[in-house]
Amino acid sequence: MLLLSIDWSFIIEKLILISVILGASLGVATYATWGERKVAAWMQDRKGPSRAGPFGLLQPIADGIKLFFKEEIIPNDANRFLFILGPSLAMLTACMASAVVPWGPSIELESGRVIALQVADINIGILYVFGVVSVGVYGIMLGGWASNNKYSLMGSVRAASQAISYELAMGISLIALLMMTGTLSLAEIVNQQHGFWENGWFTWNVAKQPLGFIIFLVCAFAELNRAPFDLPEAESELVAGYHTEYSSMKLGFYLFAEYVNLFISSAILITLFFGGYNFPFMDQVAGSVSPVVFSIICVLVLLTKTIMMILFFMFIRWTIPRFRYDQLMNLGWKSLIPLALVNMLITGAIIIWVLN
Amino acid sequence: MLSVLLNSPANTTINYLPIVIQLVVAIGFVAFMMSVTHLLGPKRRTSDKLANFESGIESVGNARQPMAIKYFLVAILFVLFDVEVIFFYPYAVNFKALGKEGFLAVLMFVAFFLVGFIYIRKRGALDWEE
Repeated sequence: MLLLSIDWSFIIEKLILISVILGASLGVATYATWGERKVAAWMQDRKGPSRAGPFGLLQPIADGIKLFFKEEIIPNDANRFLFILGPSLAMLTACMASAVVPWGPSIELESGRVIALQVADINIGILYVFGVVSVGVYGIMLGGWASNNKYSLMGSVRAASQAISYELAMGISLIALLMMTGTLSLAEIVNQQHGFWENGWFTWNVAKQPLGFIIFLVCAFAELNRAPFDLPEAESELVAGYHTEYSSMKLGFYLFAEYVNLFISSAILITLFFGGYNFPFMDQVAGSVSPVVFSIICVLVLLTKTIMMILFFMFIRWTIPRFRYDQLMNLGWKSLIPLALVNMLITGAIIIWVLN
Repeated sequence: MLSVLLNSPANTTINYLPIVIQLVVAIGFVAFMMSVTHLLGPKRRTSDKLANFESGIESVGNARQPMAIKYFLVAILFVLFDVEVIFFYPYAVNFKALGKEGFLAVLMFVAFFLVGFIYIRKRGALDWEE
């Protein structure tokens, strides 16, 4: 009876949505590698990939195929099971975080059926993201330990240590935001940032919570192991760190997971602080086009903002040199955590005594 | 039936069903890619190739040796402070309902947090220079 009452069209709808989202995040990640090389080339006055296809557009595909046909090496001293589990876990968590991001407003069809452009609207959305991201650290840690290589172990210990240090400041900086929104659901947070301008101030959270945004952004850089916080894979010190021993698509998974994470984190940053799929004058636009077209416009707006955020991540990577380890830890523990706490208390005090 | 439950404001276990579907799809994708790359690549193993990389010289000893205690200390401190941070979350969600009284109580909690934080700083647990 329970089986009969299950709405199969609902499951098919979700399966399609999940496939599209996973496919899109893999596609964006693929072309982010191309974008990264082009941005690097542009900033260093070079050409970047230019041979495969027009503007080197086929380069990431060629790279992917090359990785598939490379020899797979598992060192003799490595722990075979954990060695394979490491990159799989990294990729798996990268694919899972996208489940709670609202990609656009719900579409209401003429038959009365509502299609949500979000895989799961759960009321603990942000905590879910934090949980999944924390599991991602295990992927790096297991891979580095299983390799039984000194550089890898060093890199993975650094990665774990760095990720957990910055997770604290990240968590506290978000609390100030949550005090204003009063909910952990990402869909709800986006709805509250509707439009662009209301009651004489911006509706987007970045204008209400600028310090919190900066702390969150710095922590996102550290969590993603991106320059200037790329110590776990510092080429010049650790010979690529935790993935020194990896080859073939296992290496590809680590590199790829990083770019998928970059895309999803940018989308979450946009959702939390830059209004998600909201844009100025959206109510006028909604009135003049059909709901389906409006939803597509919203998705495109979110994607555009996300790609701008990814470009920002890339500009920073090719501008700022790498931190030293003690500087990294000092910044995380001694500056960002107290700063985030102060930000939280000031936010609370202002909401209670000034705005009320 | 299911869509009615899903669109209801009450958040129940059924809301997590799409996440389970996504988990299954993601596991399938990862397992598929892993087996494809395993089947496609050439397999020409030699003992030198399977040795661990150590800048081209013969590797010395086992990599799994005791590490600097600092990393362990950071992990322990993280667990301590993260538990305290998690306590802030339910407060932040109910912040407006709790009002002034709740805020003063949280001020006290932050003070406890800071006492612990200042203590570990004074003891040099966060100093990496030496």
